[in-house]
Amino acid sequence: MSNIGPYDERVKNFSWTIAEKELGYKPGDVINIGWYCTDRICEQGKGSKVALHWEGHTGVEKTYTYNDIRLASNTIGAFLRGLGLKDGERVCLFLDRIPELYLGFLGILKIGAIAQPLFSAFGDESLFVRLSNAEASAVITQKKHAPKVRKILEKLPHIRHIIIVDHDGVAPLKDREVAFSLMKAAPVEHLDIHPTKAESASVLHYTSGTTGMPKGVQHVHYSLISQYLTAKWALDLREDDVYWCTADPGWVTGTSYGIIAPFAIGVTQCVLDAGFSAEAWYKWIEKRRVTMWYSAPTAIRSLMKAGDEIVKKFDLSSLRHLASVGEPLNSEAVVWSQKVFGMPFYDTYWQTETGSIVIGNYPGMEVRPGSMGKPFPGITGTVLDPVKSEPYAAHGRIGLVALKFDWPSRMRTYWNNEEAFQKKFRNGWYITGDRSKIDKDGYFWFAGRDDDIINTAGHLVSPFEVESALLEHPAVAESAVVSKPDPINLEVVKAFVTLKPGFTASKDLDLEIMNFIRKKLSPLAMPQEIEFVPSLPKTRSGKIMRRILHAKEWGEEIGDTSTLEND
Amino acid sequence: MADELKDIVLNYVTKEYLEDDSEPLTYETPLISGGIVDSFSMVSLKRFLENKYAIAIPDDEATPEAFDSVNKIVLLVQRFVAKKG
Repeated sequence: MSNIGPYDERVKNFSWTIAEKELGYKPGDVINIGWYCTDRICEQGKGSKVALHWEGHTGVEKTYTYNDIRLASNTIGAFLRGLGLKDGERVCLFLDRIPELYLGFLGILKIGAIAQPLFSAFGDESLFVRLSNAEASAVITQKKHAPKVRKILEKLPHIRHIIIVDHDGVAPLKDREVAFSLMKAAPVEHLDIHPTKAESASVLHYTSGTTGMPKGVQHVHYSLISQYLTAKWALDLREDDVYWCTADPGWVTGTSYGIIAPFAIGVTQCVLDAGFSAEAWYKWIEKRRVTMWYSAPTAIRSLMKAGDEIVKKFDLSSLRHLASVGEPLNSEAVVWSQKVFGMPFYDTYWQTETGSIVIGNYPGMEVRPGSMGKPFPGITGTVLDPVKSEPYAAHGRIGLVALKFDWPSRMRTYWNNEEAFQKKFRNGWYITGDRSKIDKDGYFWFAGRDDDIINTAGHLVSPFEVESALLEHPAVAESAVVSKPDPINLEVVKAFVTLKPGFTASKDLDLEIMNFIRKKLSPLAMPQEIEFVPSLPKTRSGKIMRRILHAKEWGEEIGDTSTLEND
Repeated sequence: MADELKDIVLNYVTKEYLEDDSEPLTYETPLISGGIVDSFSMVSLKRFLENKYAIAIPDDEATPEAFDSVNKIVLLVQRFVAKKG
């Protein structure tokens, strides 16, 4: 029997107090995610249980019990306090998937500071706009990533400390840098946990917008309630599970379901800090006897590409439940998973802004391959008529996916950008930016984005951000960035570029621009194709008409071109 | 040719993708599984090889396994250069 039980029954009798009671929380109490993920589990007598099995790409392994992660997060928290960092300050984690990322996240929350995890492959420009917007006071990083921070430090007066977790003493520390070694630091047995309340800010994740720079999605400690219960019901996580969430905590899945929920439930989780290969992944599942695996469509499609034969080389019999998130999971992947693993991947749908799963396919429920599933109990979801901003009366019509904004892990605002936050609502509904339809049985079916945002491998990339960066290349006069279909990543970035006088299109220039964006923004934002064009389609007022280029890439109707400027 | 090719690829990967130069790359260093080159960056590495050696590597041959070390990349490139004649 699954944790959720019969879906319809759960919907009828639902209240978030189910999670509150299980976690021993009452409204008005102190609620600190760092404490719930470590000290509480130890107080339940499970301190010697393994919390984390970690393996790095060189094969180095580390194992931490719940008591170990309690002590380590205390130690990091005490170190940060010792530097003068206080509650409410933003502390950025700019780290690979090393143990300090997971433990540092909890340590930051324990002192009431706000954790700002950033993907370690970000280039200096991506890093700068996010650190600058958050006005972060400190950055925790590794020596390999420190040069990117140093490059922009002069423009970041708010940063008081750069904490290097693997300083080897060979190169001297530079301006504002301080070394911290978790291995060498004396363990801190007791740390005064900051008495955060339900609405105290906890995590700041950055997400891309259609226009303007990335926005900081601000979450609060009360998000734990949704994250805990959705992990139990939608992912079917149980205390005796060995759990592997493949997401990087630089993104929201990696914190909500890669740190907060699994540790709050008290499961043993596994982290493999290595690049993708089908063999390495299957070997990891076999080695760790993984029972619950939460991954992403891009990875699943890459595994499909690696073939069925390789699966037979490994003993994957420990697996009992699989789930997916990040972008729509195509029906072929669901069918393939049933064939090779003997069970389907259950697709789940949510966003950085929602903080936890809001629509999903649940264990025990009929999986309709290709469907997003149904709203999680307690979540009211609908599809709005885009013109009237009201739910469609009839089923089967494509409209805007909208939610009643009332579950515990919903974002509270965009950092320093309340105006953008307010624009997310229409007629009392939170607008996700995605389009779908609902069938007669209440299943949602994804139909695409409602804006120009590019979803590549489950990560959102803003065309605006890439276009802005392209203009900084000396050869680029104008640019327009759209998505193009991709069999593995769903979509990838494509750029149309006009060149300044004196520059000529060539294969070398194409590669130079690709690498320029990769280093400045991130590998995800790097255009995988650049088309050099003599001019870009524009309106008579000079605005670039991305939709014409998008339609061309997707083989769609171009639509109304009456405002198109004539050359 | 093989030695020269090896060095060209090694130098390019070092210059373009290696963030931490305190641990120098070898011909056998795992690039993809070692997290030095991710699947997105692999596209630019493939493009470099195609431009440099005037070859076309089909997507189904450009696998993480085939790009996982300088030595493996060299074998792949040699195969396509030979095909070209």
